[in-house]
Amino acid sequence: MDLIGKLAIQLTQMLVVLLLAPLLTGFVRKVKARLLLRQGPPLLQPYYDLIKLTQKEAIVAESASWLFRVAPYLIFSATWVAAALTPTFAIGLLFSWSADLIAIIALLGSARFFLALAGMDVGTSFGGLGSSREMMFATLAEPALIMIVFTLALIAGSTELSYVAAFMMSPAVGLRVSLGMALIALVIVALAENARIPVDNPSTHLELTMVHEAMVLEYSGRHLAMIELSSQLKLLLYITLIACVFVPWGLAPSAADFSTHVLGFAAYVGKLAAAGLLLALFEVTVAKMRIFRVPDFIGVALMLGLLATLLRFMSRGL
Amino acid sequence: MPVAVFLMGDALLFALALAAIWALRFRGASSFVYAVSLAVSLLLLGAAATRLISADAPSVLILPLGLPRIGAHFRIDALSAFFLAVVNLGAAAASLYALGYGRHEHEPGRVLPFFPAFLAAMNLVLVADDAYTFLLCWEVMSLASWALVMAHHAEPENARAGYVYILMASIGAFALLLAFGALAGPDAGFTFAAMRAHPPTPIVAGIVLALALTGAGSKAGLAPFHIWLPLAHPAAPSHVSALMSGVMTKVAVYGFIRIVFDLVGSVDWWWGIPVMSLGATSAVLGVLFAQMQSDMKRVLAYSTIENIGVVFIALGLSLAFESGGYGPAAALAMTAALFHVLNHSLFKTLLFFGAGAVLTATGARDLGRLGGLLNRMPATGLFVLIGCAAISALPPLNGFVSEWLVFQAILLSPSLPVWALKLMIPAVGAMLALAAALAGACFVRLFGIAFLGRPRSAEAVGAVDVDGFSLTSMGVLSGLCLLTGIFPGVVIDALAPIVRGLVGANMTAQDAIPWLSIVPIAESRSSYNGLLVFFFIAFSALLAAFVIHRLASSKIRRAPAWDCGFPQADPVTQYSAESFAQPVRRVYAGFAFRSEERIDMPPPGDLRPARFEAPLHDRAWELFYAPVIAAVQAVANRLNGLQFLTIRQYLSLVFGALVFLLLVLASWT
Repeated sequence: MDLIGKLAIQLTQMLVVLLLAPLLTGFVRKVKARLLLRQGPPLLQPYYDLIKLTQKEAIVAESASWLFRVAPYLIFSATWVAAALTPTFAIGLLFSWSADLIAIIALLGSARFFLALAGMDVGTSFGGLGSSREMMFATLAEPALIMIVFTLALIAGSTELSYVAAFMMSPAVGLRVSLGMALIALVIVALAENARIPVDNPSTHLELTMVHEAMVLEYSGRHLAMIELSSQLKLLLYITLIACVFVPWGLAPSAADFSTHVLGFAAYVGKLAAAGLLLALFEVTVAKMRIFRVPDFIGVALMLGLLATLLRFMSRGL
Repeated sequence: MPVAVFLMGDALLFALALAAIWALRFRGASSFVYAVSLAVSLLLLGAAATRLISADAPSVLILPLGLPRIGAHFRIDALSAFFLAVVNLGAAAASLYALGYGRHEHEPGRVLPFFPAFLAAMNLVLVADDAYTFLLCWEVMSLASWALVMAHHAEPENARAGYVYILMASIGAFALLLAFGALAGPDAGFTFAAMRAHPPTPIVAGIVLALALTGAGSKAGLAPFHIWLPLAHPAAPSHVSALMSGVMTKVAVYGFIRIVFDLVGSVDWWWGIPVMSLGATSAVLGVLFAQMQSDMKRVLAYSTIENIGVVFIALGLSLAFESGGYGPAAALAMTAALFHVLNHSLFKTLLFFGAGAVLTATGARDLGRLGGLLNRMPATGLFVLIGCAAISALPPLNGFVSEWLVFQAILLSPSLPVWALKLMIPAVGAMLALAAALAGACFVRLFGIAFLGRPRSAEAVGAVDVDGFSLTSMGVLSGLCLLTGIFPGVVIDALAPIVRGLVGANMTAQDAIPWLSIVPIAESRSSYNGLLVFFFIAFSALLAAFVIHRLASSKIRRAPAWDCGFPQADPVTQYSAESFAQPVRRVYAGFAFRSEERIDMPPPGDLRPARFEAPLHDRAWELFYAPVIAAVQAVANRLNGLQFLTIRQYLSLVFGALVFLLLVLASWT
């Protein structure tokens, strides 16, 4: 019974992240539009876009290789697996032991690896530009993430996300400076990794400084749909990650009854909405950075992460 | 499996080296030599694997060769068996690959005799059990590989590479000689058994550590002794490059482990610090320089420095834990180091084979002349892609597992009692994470520029896939990369007896854990399951593809590239290797390369072309080597005058020297 319950939670979670991801993007776009006093597209527009894209034929450049056609599915599956292993509304995920936080980060790294390769596959200057910049950002963002994981792992005594979340819900955690640093660092990395505004602009296509959109420029039809869905999943994943570590309240514990799970789900939707609201608010108030300012920005995250880890190392001995 | 089996195999290889000289006059010489080396390597691999699994007591053999009254001692234990397996796996793969690749060799006489000798020497280093035999085989290994580096000596670059290599190899061997001398002590106990029986005093042990780091580290390519490596490894024929990078560096790691963990015995608290800091420096510098190279094989050679750095970080962690008395943690770090040794030998050999295949198909190593090869060489492309993903530490491949284990070991270090280590290890962790991320960027660049995009030269347009032998060899290695990635528990269990022998503890048996997960300490701390991750990724990708092709469109149309509505027909407009590296160079320039961009823009009306330069500086060269070279030069210039003295001056010089030496002798007693 326990196994079936856990399996049900795991499957629900996989479907929930898949179904909610476009809605979150639509919500952020809508809020941004309203903040700019525009009407904005309907809340469900991302779903319509995805369905329409999958119906169209895919146009593939003549110079493209098989990698170009395979990459969207690999990117999608790596992101989906990572998102499915991050607790959304309940802690007791059946497969959470198959990949810890470091592995989840590495899964996102795999998705990035194939996305950057796909950008270079057609052999256009825009694609290479996007890939090279994306990888440069990643060289700073990934160590920053690892440092954040170190901090969390040293506080919670585990790199397993379920255990970290459970520890964060317990009264043992308290208010800690290193946690604050890790939160700021994680927010910075999340902004950079999701190509949000101070680093990249998700709503432009013809700006010289674009990064993410430059890589996917050649994609169309179902391939583009897969890539769009994966980047929506990635945004959801980062918000979920921040929520389950820093605001874990409402997460249903592993042996909870059905009503607790419903409550957890409601709390999760509320957290997503709040995060989306904050993200939109942040994006309309700041300007995009010049490309070589970005390393300084992500570097702050890396330094904060390192500092937080050092703090944990030091305080352990006292 | 007694040690005699291995000695017989090595003797066979030496005989093959001699036979190769005789066989050169026949047309099938190349196939003959590589086929026999393949057979012998496979036999030795089988013997080593049997020895590893059976875990017998060490087997010893003494031959009446070598130093009088001592003889030549040979011994095989679990550590030797593991490294023998790594070496012979690489040797077998290289021999198989060379069955096809070797046919393109235009100077077989400079390769065929040395190849089996090189294999035999590496094998012998691993079973040597006294200092004399060890050093002798070590030197044969260096010389054989030097001859292979010089195979194409007509190219001035290779001649320089060979010169720098032989110099650095001599310095390394000299350091090892001193290390063994210090260990042997005044009683001249040159057998390893005598050294184990008489542990040195702490001061002597510290000196031995420094000498072992210099000697073995210079062979392994540890910064700042790495300068020869990116010159020498690419200069050799590709299957030898693969052996040098993938396998010979591992023999050096073996030398370090043998001396520091086995012969010295006791460990001081500070030993981890130099090992880890050199490791972390190598990791980051190696991969940064790899990112800047446009020669495919040189990228791989620099990346070897990075991976050796990762191994030494793990070894340093193991030393730190061992000195603190944390057995399980030391075992975890040591397992990670040995696992990475195996992984690196797999994917680096594979990648060098890939570079060799590209070289055969296009005649070019320069990334600026490649491009679009995935369409023309699909099989090679797939294997190299797997290698690139594995070396970039992407799950579910093998590179990720060993780096994950190192991270887990780092997370155990706050319990260490020493403050210096506590301050240092988080920084080492950050450097390791930085190196891993940079490796991803580096291999996206390597694969993206060489295999993706449009061809940049006529040779790349006409490239076709290589012969079946080479492809089989690459296929086997990429299969092993995947297998060790999804069944890491098997490898960890196989390493357990070696680790127990070295640090006195081992990781918990992984075969008892359900679902083939790996759990370093406890499941509540961390666990990873490569098989499930692989299954999930494959399943969800297939599911997505199936659903979309079934329920939505599966039509495809080929069309010219869009490129934002303004496509450029010339392949030169693509991103090049240099432009791809530019953001990383800019961001890390001051810190690592001391690079400044120089733009020479002629004034209007001047027809001179504008120039852009961004020179890179290797700080290790400028800090450590350039001053020494300058000093030697200055002293030589000064002493040059001694050649032009009169006879009276010479006589007085001799007299003065005599008096001086007599005075020294008199005051000595």
